[in-house]
Amino acid sequence: MKALTISNLQKTYDNGHEALKGISLDVAEGDFFALLGPNGAGKSTTLGIVCSLVRKSAGKVSIFGVDIDQDFALAKQLIGVVPQEFNFSVFEKVEDIVLTAAGYQGLTQAQARPRTEQLLRDLGLWEKRKQQARMLSGGMKRRLMIARALVHNPKLLILDEPTAGVDIELRRSMWSFMQEINRQGTTIILTTHYLEEAENLCRNIAIIDKGEIVKNTSMKALLSELNSETFVLDLTQPVQAAPQLDAFVSRLKDDHTLEVEVRKGQSISQVFSALQQQGIEVLSLRNKANRLEELFVSLVEKTAASDFKADQPTAKVST
Amino acid sequence: MNPARLYWVAFTTILIKEVRRFTRIWAQTLLPPAITMALYFVIFGNLIGTRIGEMGGFTYMQFIMPGLIMMSVITNSYSNVTSSFFSSKFQKSVEEMLVAPVPGWVILGGYVLGGVARGLLVGLIVTLLALFFTELTVHNLFVTMTVVFLTAVLFAIGGFINALFARSFDDIAIIPTFVLTPLTYLGGVFYSIQLLPDFWQGVSLLNPVLYMVNTFRYGILGVSDINHWAALGTIGLFILVLFSLALWLLERGRGIRQ
Repeated sequence: MKALTISNLQKTYDNGHEALKGISLDVAEGDFFALLGPNGAGKSTTLGIVCSLVRKSAGKVSIFGVDIDQDFALAKQLIGVVPQEFNFSVFEKVEDIVLTAAGYQGLTQAQARPRTEQLLRDLGLWEKRKQQARMLSGGMKRRLMIARALVHNPKLLILDEPTAGVDIELRRSMWSFMQEINRQGTTIILTTHYLEEAENLCRNIAIIDKGEIVKNTSMKALLSELNSETFVLDLTQPVQAAPQLDAFVSRLKDDHTLEVEVRKGQSISQVFSALQQQGIEVLSLRNKANRLEELFVSLVEKTAASDFKADQPTAKVST
Repeated sequence: MNPARLYWVAFTTILIKEVRRFTRIWAQTLLPPAITMALYFVIFGNLIGTRIGEMGGFTYMQFIMPGLIMMSVITNSYSNVTSSFFSSKFQKSVEEMLVAPVPGWVILGGYVLGGVARGLLVGLIVTLLALFFTELTVHNLFVTMTVVFLTAVLFAIGGFINALFARSFDDIAIIPTFVLTPLTYLGGVFYSIQLLPDFWQGVSLLNPVLYMVNTFRYGILGVSDINHWAALGTIGLFILVLFSLALWLLERGRGIRQ
């Protein structure tokens, strides 16, 4: 069964801005799905429509087969939402925020308390449960929104940039938590600007740009489309000029750092051999950019370039 | 889940949250009206009132007491909903309800009852304060309780509509300052409209607050400038109209959905 089905979804805001130009998308049950795109691409509008914060102009949205226009209550019981911005009353206590969200889902306090305790413990907020939310750090506030979204055991969890502004250690622990709930059967849709996050967590991906889906495939298939990767090599000894490496493009960043582009079908060991022949030793090696980032930039740049061409004045032919 | 049960739990959740909010900040919500009304009783009731003499067959203190109670009910039921709902818009916590299976009428009902709870609690506090200054006799308990409840409901709905339209904190202060306060002060709280020239009596009859204050005064003292049954019917009608309007605005997402 599809956890989410979006058909020909359109949204034009009151100011005339066409945010979505008829997108269609399927997310399978149990998937960990990435919805990526640059700022203003239409990600948050799409997710806003799915969780009914934004009114659609046209199209259909079904959650586990339930049309959001047909059975409003049932569809909403199936979703948990972690929005991009903090959206709770900062004067409420941590525990009350989660219990109140449970109440909106029809769970009495007695029913919601055990689940609330478990979530607050799992997310490291149990000791803070009696504190007002304004006293929490940014990372804790993000975790509070995750606890609140999960209190009614939703089948579909929407995470709109859940780790924005969170330090790397905490981000990694949040990744483990999300992977665990995904393993337990919760379908997750993630938007993020950390492409490493999407690459590590998600099995399928859609890239949206200017209100249109420009790519919708599995993460594996997308990464296999990568034509070249750029590696940064730290050298043990300084060099004066970029070494000549046949079949590879190389650039010297400084006398200890070399960038080498390795195309599809080429091997990094060929680079090492060529360098060794010239007496250059490599101390360490890293990717210049995350693989998904390289693809993402090329896809988004492609649409920007075609827009640019379309905007250029055409030469008039005199007859 | 049974929808009726879901809606009931959601409704009580909103109501409890609202009561918890205004009791948590009691120094901003419950204490100021108590102090203001105590000053009214001391200055207008005791100091000036003794020189004014009788009004409508009662001491001036007895005469203004129902009006002052009603004034605090109106102000507090209105401002509770405007400030609470606008704050939830401002902090975006209203989204917690919008993403949940809570229909508009449950949200509206929860906030309105929250406003009514504060209005009635403040009304009770002011009534208890009034007992330090004068005796309280209730002429018609049914009319008294009905009119105070319906008035609180009506102004709580009005506050909700104000909050839906508001885009800034200034917008939630405009109506109370420029509409509600003049209507209340000119609504027969401090005087009987029979003291006014015919023309101004006619103008006063266009003021809806006059009907509420006078009906409440009838319930307490048994005297009124207007027909209390007609007033109760009119308040009920206004509630129906404003509730429908608020619900329509809410369902259209006015001020809360893009």
